[in-house]
Amino acid sequence: MNDLSAILTPEYLAVVLLPALIAGVAVSLCSSLLGVSMVLKRCSMIGDGLSHVGYGTLCIAVAMGWAPIQVTIPVVIVAAYILLRLSESRKSRGDTAIAMFSTSALALGILVSSKANLTTDVSHYMFGSILAMTHGDVILSVVLSVCVLLVYLLFYDKIFAVTFDENFAQATGLNVRFYNLLIAVLTAVTVVLGMMMMGALLISSLMIFPAVTAMRICRSFKRVVVTSVIISVTCFLVGLFLSLWLDTAVGASVILTNLAAFALASLISMLTRRRKPQTADVPKE
Amino acid sequence: MALLTCKDLTLRYETLTVMEHLSFTVEKGDYLCIVGENGSGKSTLMKCLLGLKSADGGTLTLGDGLKRSEIGYLPQQSEIQRDFPASVEEVVLSGCLNSRALHPFYTKAEKQRALEQMECLKITALRKRCYRELSGGQQQRVLLARALCATKKLLLLDEPVTGLDPVVTTELYGILEHIHKEHGITIIMVTHDVECAVRHAKKILHIGKGESFFGTCEAYMQSEVGQKFLDASGHFEGGKFCHTHHTPQKGDGEHE
Ligand SMILES: Nc1ncnc2c1ncn2[C@@H]1O[C@H](COP(=O)(O)OP(=O)(O)O)[C@@H](O)[C@H]1O
Ligand SMILES: [Mg+2]
Repeated sequence: MNDLSAILTPEYLAVVLLPALIAGVAVSLCSSLLGVSMVLKRCSMIGDGLSHVGYGTLCIAVAMGWAPIQVTIPVVIVAAYILLRLSESRKSRGDTAIAMFSTSALALGILVSSKANLTTDVSHYMFGSILAMTHGDVILSVVLSVCVLLVYLLFYDKIFAVTFDENFAQATGLNVRFYNLLIAVLTAVTVVLGMMMMGALLISSLMIFPAVTAMRICRSFKRVVVTSVIISVTCFLVGLFLSLWLDTAVGASVILTNLAAFALASLISMLTRRRKPQTADVPKE
Repeated sequence: MALLTCKDLTLRYETLTVMEHLSFTVEKGDYLCIVGENGSGKSTLMKCLLGLKSADGGTLTLGDGLKRSEIGYLPQQSEIQRDFPASVEEVVLSGCLNSRALHPFYTKAEKQRALEQMECLKITALRKRCYRELSGGQQQRVLLARALCATKKLLLLDEPVTGLDPVVTTELYGILEHIHKEHGITIIMVTHDVECAVRHAKKILHIGKGESFFGTCEAYMQSEVGQKFLDASGHFEGGKFCHTHHTPQKGDGEHE
């Protein structure tokens, strides 16, 4: 256990912790929003696939000496488009195609980085390095997160329609392909940002956890979205604090905090479901 | 010009040909029932009419100034996500989306429209409730309200009464009759309940292997295809109703 008063010097707070905190909160916000769509559209494997592609690209970017975020985001956006197409064509074989595509990208990245002898440099993206981000990365993350957030809010109603019933939305004239692509692009950006902070291995579960937790206790889409944002940000803050205190990895601590929140929500929903469902008191017309 | 014109329509799934050379028209004010056995391609045809599936031969044309975004749709129940956390209000409102182009949020008028439809289907009291916790009949009304938000002209329904008990079924047919007559909305409905089809519809489209029929109800009851199908379903003898018992399938009052 760490003596927190010794670590948390004013200088550390201002230079390391505060930027990490801001960036982390911003990314947690985005990841929970998109997590809701991922869970409800049953395409969590796309998030997983994107994190594989992202990690592979990151390896190559580092090996080549390119700026990691700036290179990875466009590549992952393109990958998101490809994965979306793969999952659309022939529904049954979609996941297999996604797994094959994303693991190949990952393997390519590892191959390049092992040739360049950079394995130690990239391995911290595996588990994330929120406290080691440069100021440039922090600013970029915050700006991108705000963009994701704004686009999400602007298209909130359409995202609901496309998530709830894609066929109806398309049949009544909504451009479903465009909105699916939009969701995929926002997911791609979020995955890359989250990966830098929380780690490639953990990011897709970090996106899903708050949404699943919120779905246990909420009964409208809006509440699910708002609750999952609150859960995500709270769990991030608690997890970060715990990781400083117990000297553990940030991403893992946040995940375990999420697990605790999920357990709590399950308990609450079990207890409330014990009561009779209130369907009986509505007059039947 | 007719609202919908299908000419020589052919629909396929990769290797499986579902239907070939189907022709029919839907006029303004029609009440058309599409009947046929399970797997005869009713839902597939519906998908084509909705533009979710393109024709593999022949043409489908919209006429009379009908636009794609002016069609309301009630999907077959199996296609809806049953465990989705959404309130009734959110679901109904989502039917209003097609009428606006770039406006990011729902306008007052749209909210009013959703409210009117909920009023019309008597689900205003359920407004804040969670869709997944409603009974089958209530869920159908919610989806119908959403479909009505999307259209003032043409309503497509895919097996709207499957899984509902007889009382709720009668109610739903009554509601449809009302929207057809009072609101002047053209209805195309898929069903495999021929008895109700001939009782409520003006025209029948029967699709099946080899034999198909398109025409008025009366003509259908006289036709060979119609008589065979009606006899097989046991509700008719020589074009007359006989009193058979309708077995309730899934109780409306049930909750998961
Ligand atoms: N997505 C699909 N891919 C391949 N075949 C399909 C698909 N959907 C339906 N079919 C097949 O097309 C035929 C018609 O199905 P459908 O239109 O659902 O029938 P109905 O609604 O009349 O019961 C069936 O034989 C079914 O197996
Ligand atoms: Mg069907």
